[in-house]
Amino acid sequence: MVFLHQLFTIFMKDLRLEWRTREAMSAMLLFALLVLVIFNFAFNPDRELVLLIGPGILWVAFTFAGVLGLNRAFAAEQENGCLAGVLLTPMDRGAIYLGKWLANLLFTLVAEAILLPFFVLFFNLELTHEIPLLLLVCLLGTIGFTAVGTLLAAISANTRLREVMLPVLLFPIIVPVIVGAVESTGLILNQQTEGLAGFIRMLALYDVIFLVTSTLLFDFVLEE
Amino acid sequence: MSQAGGEGAAYAVEAHGVAKRFGRITALHHVDLDVPRGGVTALFGHNGAGKTTFLRIAAGLMRPTSGSLRVAGLDARKEQAAIRGHLGVVSHELFLYGDLTALENLRFYGRLYRVADLEARCAEVLTRVDLIHRANSRARHFSRGMAQRLAIARAFLHRPDILLLDEPYTGLDQRAVATLNELIEGFREAHHTVLLTTHDHHLGFTMATDIAILRRGEVIHHTPAAALSRTEFDALYEASLQ
Repeated sequence: MVFLHQLFTIFMKDLRLEWRTREAMSAMLLFALLVLVIFNFAFNPDRELVLLIGPGILWVAFTFAGVLGLNRAFAAEQENGCLAGVLLTPMDRGAIYLGKWLANLLFTLVAEAILLPFFVLFFNLELTHEIPLLLLVCLLGTIGFTAVGTLLAAISANTRLREVMLPVLLFPIIVPVIVGAVESTGLILNQQTEGLAGFIRMLALYDVIFLVTSTLLFDFVLEE
Repeated sequence: MSQAGGEGAAYAVEAHGVAKRFGRITALHHVDLDVPRGGVTALFGHNGAGKTTFLRIAAGLMRPTSGSLRVAGLDARKEQAAIRGHLGVVSHELFLYGDLTALENLRFYGRLYRVADLEARCAEVLTRVDLIHRANSRARHFSRGMAQRLAIARAFLHRPDILLLDEPYTGLDQRAVATLNELIEGFREAHHTVLLTTHDHHLGFTMATDIAILRRGEVIHHTPAAALSRTEFDALYEASLQ
């Protein structure tokens, strides 16, 4: 109960800070929209090409936007040594990680919810029955990369080149998530169900493994 | 907030053979230091002597490379979370979120410390540091002196019984100095413990009941302040700089 209260306190603090500044959300949305627009102009794809490259474009936009949000997540903690202030309290370090991860997850999912209609609009897609499955894949994929991303953002926050360091550390590790998410999205857009369950299971397994290990490792990551 | 574990210990901080290395650099060689409960222990030393490193280890922000440390009678390796509940820390870092108001900053930390009667306590500490009229202003809009007073309020919000002060007077305005002095005086009267690091050896000597001098990561002198005259202390301090 105490753990959940601490987690919720961190989560609500991040929500309040983002509501005040809107720094992460505005950066994520603007950047991801630009990615979609640039890909749209660059390929000017017909329906066949959209079904082929659309899933990749969508997840490039999602993950790049997510990295911007993750970088912001610990930038606020570095100001005035706030992270040290939190570490001085008798709270469980796992609750810090999970509170910050939940906030990152929410920001990224909100950004994705806003971006998805633009993706459909820009690439002239018609989605009806596929929407619930697509949302499930978005949720699982986002859980995966924000779980690892939150841990790595804490590591890179203490480095001089944190904006560069985070993607350099993150992208190699989240390759399985991106592959799973892109393949699943491709199958959903092409209205194919064969193999979809396997990718969804893989995403779910990856999420569980990385959430648990990141929670356990967070204490060591914070060591100077 | 739980204070269990610390009440019976004779020393607030007991460090034995504490060493800290950062790669090839040794910040603390071998620190033996017992900080008596209920006094003000001033830790002196030149830049790089290891004062801040020792304080960060005592605060649980760093783990020692070797040696044993007990804080508030609790083992620092096994009972770190319980120890943190006993500590209030003031340093040159403010630990404040600029985009939260003064009250929101205190509420946030108060929840993490599980402060009972939080709203009343926040109002009480804000009144004490004379910021109650700015409770709903964002910390970002505070002057440096006001922000420092809020940082002091944050440090004693959870009623700690050990105060760790890392160069606490650096950059403070007169009002913040007065607030901090009141806080330290209140701690002395309540028989709580203060461990402070300072460059200002005149101020430190005046306030301290115990004096420790660090040199190159080792405690070279540790004595009750009453055992030294001002001249003897000045001579010791100057010798530590050699």
